Amino acid sequence: MRWFWIDRFVEFESGKCAKAVKNVSLAEEHLHDHFPGFAVMPGSLMIEGMAQTGGILLGEMNQFEHIVILAKVPKCTFHSWAVPGDSIIYDAKLVDSRDEGGTVEVTATVGDRLIAEAEIMFVHLDQRDSQFGSIDQKNFVFSMNLLGILEVGKAGDGSASSTGE
Amino acid sequence: MASRDEILETVTETLVDALGVDDDEVTLEATLVDDLGAESIDFLDIVFRLEKNFNIKIPRGELFPEGLTSDSSLVADGQVTEEGIATLREKMPHADIDSFADDPKVENIQSLFTVNMIVNFIEKKLAD
Repeated sequence: MRWFWIDRFVEFESGKCAKAVKNVSLAEEHLHDHFPGFAVMPGSLMIEGMAQTGGILLGEMNQFEHIVILAKVPKCTFHSWAVPGDSIIYDAKLVDSRDEGGTVEVTATVGDRLIAEAEIMFVHLDQRDSQFGSIDQKNFVFSMNLLGILEVGKAGDGSASSTGE
Repeated sequence: MASRDEILETVTETLVDALGVDDDEVTLEATLVDDLGAESIDFLDIVFRLEKNFNIKIPRGELFPEGLTSDSSLVADGQVTEEGIATLREKMPHADIDSFADDPKVENIQSLFTVNMIVNFIEKKLAD
């Protein structure tokens, strides 16, 4: 299994907002344990999906110059659940970005139904920082690794996003 | 200009949002770490929110100085030295260094980080 908790970006406006879709499938092993007979997408993995959506939004605006680390989830509220067959849309808005990191607000919806909303804070690690020099960039999902899913992304007006060109 | 009470009100909102505490826990004397449960990453979050809520810029290390205890001239045998206390006075004019100087154990440094210290800092910042 790969640590991808979004399948594709469907909108991407650099430095402002991004929408990604996560299709929940009964083929996902963990859904058979969460819970036996009642498969629901775990809230923790929805937070990860929201963080991947927002983290890439933040990383992209700095051309992935920094390693973006999920630092804190100051707020997260779950209103409903998502089950196999649902397409969860994570809608992230960048509310703050600076040298040290940034903050996003993200909602998760299935159709018109609000599943969850969260505020997520990230910090930047500088790849040139000797203290972190040994970190393998490939281990971090908020980086170039996930650019592949941006390539099929579309900007809000339906044209290809600039990153994906 | 905002009064001290107005500043405290906004600082309280900031800490409620950043630390998930109740507003009645945020008293002037409350310490961020021991009383309000702040962890290292929260200090950065608090700075982000204060900048936004007060529309000010807080250069890194100005409100919460960094690396004080790693300098051997400032700390010896688990105590902050005279030079260290002088450095704290210079870097943290918004904190109650006099009380700290009575028992300058390194672990007491975090007790300098109180709600009152933040209010003092913001008050001075807005007056500048």
